[in-house]
Amino acid sequence: MSDQVLQIRGLCVDYGVGADAVRAVRDVDLTLHRGEALGLAGESGSGKSTLAYGLTRLLPPPGVVSGGQVIYHPADGPPVDVLTLSPAKLREFRWAETSIVFQGAMNSLNPVHKVSTQLLDVIRAHEPKSTAASRLARAKELLRLVGISADRLDSYPHQLSGGMRQRVMIAMALALEPQVVIMDEPTTALDVVMQRQILGQLAELRERLGFAVLFITHDLSLLVEFSDRIAIMYGGRIVEEAPAARLYAEPLHPYTEGLLHSFPALHGPRRELTGIPGSPLDLRAMPSGCAFHPRCPKAFDGCDEQVPVLGAPYVDDPARAVACRLHPAVAPLSR
Amino acid sequence: MRFLLQRVAFYLFTAWAAITLNFFIPRMVPGDPVQSLISRNQGRISADAIASLRVLFGLDSDRSLWEQYVAYWGQLLRGDLGLSFTFFPAPVSEVIGSSLPWTVGLVGVTTIVSFLLGTALGVGAGWRRGSWIDGLLPATTFLSSIPYFWLGLVAIALFAGPGSFFPSSGGYEPGLVPAFDAYFIPSALQHSILPAATILVSSMSGWILSMRNMMVTVASEDYITVAHAKGLSERRVALSYAARNALLPNVSGFALSLGFIVGGTLLVEIVFSYPGLGFQLFQAVGSKDYPLMQGIFLIITISVLVANLLADVAYLLLDPRTRKS
Ligand SMILES: Nc1ncnc2c1ncn2[C@@H]1O[C@H](COP(=O)(O)OP(=O)(O)O)[C@@H](O)[C@H]1O
Ligand code: SF4
Ligand SMILES: [Mg+2]
Repeated sequence: MSDQVLQIRGLCVDYGVGADAVRAVRDVDLTLHRGEALGLAGESGSGKSTLAYGLTRLLPPPGVVSGGQVIYHPADGPPVDVLTLSPAKLREFRWAETSIVFQGAMNSLNPVHKVSTQLLDVIRAHEPKSTAASRLARAKELLRLVGISADRLDSYPHQLSGGMRQRVMIAMALALEPQVVIMDEPTTALDVVMQRQILGQLAELRERLGFAVLFITHDLSLLVEFSDRIAIMYGGRIVEEAPAARLYAEPLHPYTEGLLHSFPALHGPRRELTGIPGSPLDLRAMPSGCAFHPRCPKAFDGCDEQVPVLGAPYVDDPARAVACRLHPAVAPLSR
Repeated sequence: MRFLLQRVAFYLFTAWAAITLNFFIPRMVPGDPVQSLISRNQGRISADAIASLRVLFGLDSDRSLWEQYVAYWGQLLRGDLGLSFTFFPAPVSEVIGSSLPWTVGLVGVTTIVSFLLGTALGVGAGWRRGSWIDGLLPATTFLSSIPYFWLGLVAIALFAGPGSFFPSSGGYEPGLVPAFDAYFIPSALQHSILPAATILVSSMSGWILSMRNMMVTVASEDYITVAHAKGLSERRVALSYAARNALLPNVSGFALSLGFIVGGTLLVEIVFSYPGLGFQLFQAVGSKDYPLMQGIFLIITISVLVANLLADVAYLLLDPRTRKS
């Protein structure tokens, strides 16, 4: 069994086609290992959600995947490219192998159906031979898992608090015991206490059930705490990738450094909050060279001409990768 | 529940207000059309009927207003709406009773069919944008924008006429006796096809359009994306997630349109001289048949209120957010 569960290779996503198209995800390579929590951070608009929607083929129009592969390694059986699955195979793959908790989780539940309806229909769709009783037992068990009493099954979404709805979505995401759970800003709409409570619970569940998480947020300080590895995105590209602790201790890309200074750290020494000067990228007017150069405090000669590619800056640390001319690649990326 | 009781109370109040207005209007109108009609028909109207008309139209001025009001209500509750002048000496309630089935049969059935068909097409058009149903839209929109009167006349000019299968007027072959038999039923159906078709053509595109637009709106909701992400079948996502929600505003619209079945299709019945309530009202106006007019207005008011109540109940049943826990 491969150690890797999801390999994203050269993924490109455009909004629109032809001359009006803007590229929101550019040539992204990203690997998710079994059971790992991979964080994906970047300012709002950097393409994180687009990446998540692209790799699950849920892009709303006018979004289109314009290139690349998303190789999924099932627990048993040969790897498949998610992007070329037939509609029927895709439906089987969805939720059973990779489930998603969305950014707009507050509106992820259909207001006119009970929690039970929405929890049970996904189980029935994927396990048509299961009995109604066994599905109900599973649904109760799932709610218990996220700390919600089973009688909430009969509630409608509007009768639940924001935190509870989010927990229901997490319970739902785990319903079919998928290998991969993608979480796109799962707690952004919640207050800080609730946020940490839910993420703590999630970490526990992950330990117990062993699924891998792609955890997307604009709040890098959360990722430092709740993920094993972190990838940083800017202008649709991955600009840095490193183990969480290493990234926190020694950010290499000036953008990463800026992000770390944009949020108050929850633990450890206080950092000065400076934020990143300038405004986020406009995809319609991508700068030449390094996309970050107009805002980069460390930009130097040639940054506006040469596009830095993601490479390993240390010979002895293959887990680190960065796309910045200050840290030229000295070793090939190992993947 | 509380909400529903509030609504019922409101509708009862409205009904009371409408009926009270019905009581006052003839009393405030200068002149006395009913009195003159009574005198003209002196001897042909029974004393009872005259008493009843006096109560309805405020000619019993020897009594106090309050006594008149109480008598008026008593009479209404007994279903006594006075005598019709045009169909003299038939009571108004009988005249209404004989034309109501025609209206409900023609307009009621077409309203329901139009809603069901339009909604189904709207679901299809909204879910698969750019499919053949979308191609249909400009045509249906065009047809619905034609004033109904014109549409009906064009339909008669094109399809009815000497030798045509479609009769141009009436509800059944003259000479037949209304009954559930092998002569009358086919004739009634034959007479209803053309008016029914014109109602469908002119009313359906409204349902298609509103349902289509709601589907498009709902399709971009997060819970639809989630439903797709869950790997549910396309059919289940389209019907149980999208259409179920998109239907909500349309259902109350539908309930309200049921209220206009009785009164809102005057034109259809006039154009096709269809023996329903609308045509009856038209004739009543023409012949200054005040008791009949009042009776029909009363029925229209009540059916609109009942439809409103139906709309509330439907919304309450379909949208859990309106049910307070
Ligand atoms: N439907 C769309 N049409 C055109 N551009 C879009 C659309 N959705 C997102 N974008 C663009 O794609 C970029 C990435 O957006 P998104 O993936 O939502 O970023 P993030 O999730 O990191 O905040 C943004 O610049 C945004 O303007
Ligand atoms: S390549 Fe140059 S502009 Fe880009 S981040 Fe590095 S130093 Fe800054
Ligand atoms: Mg996002």
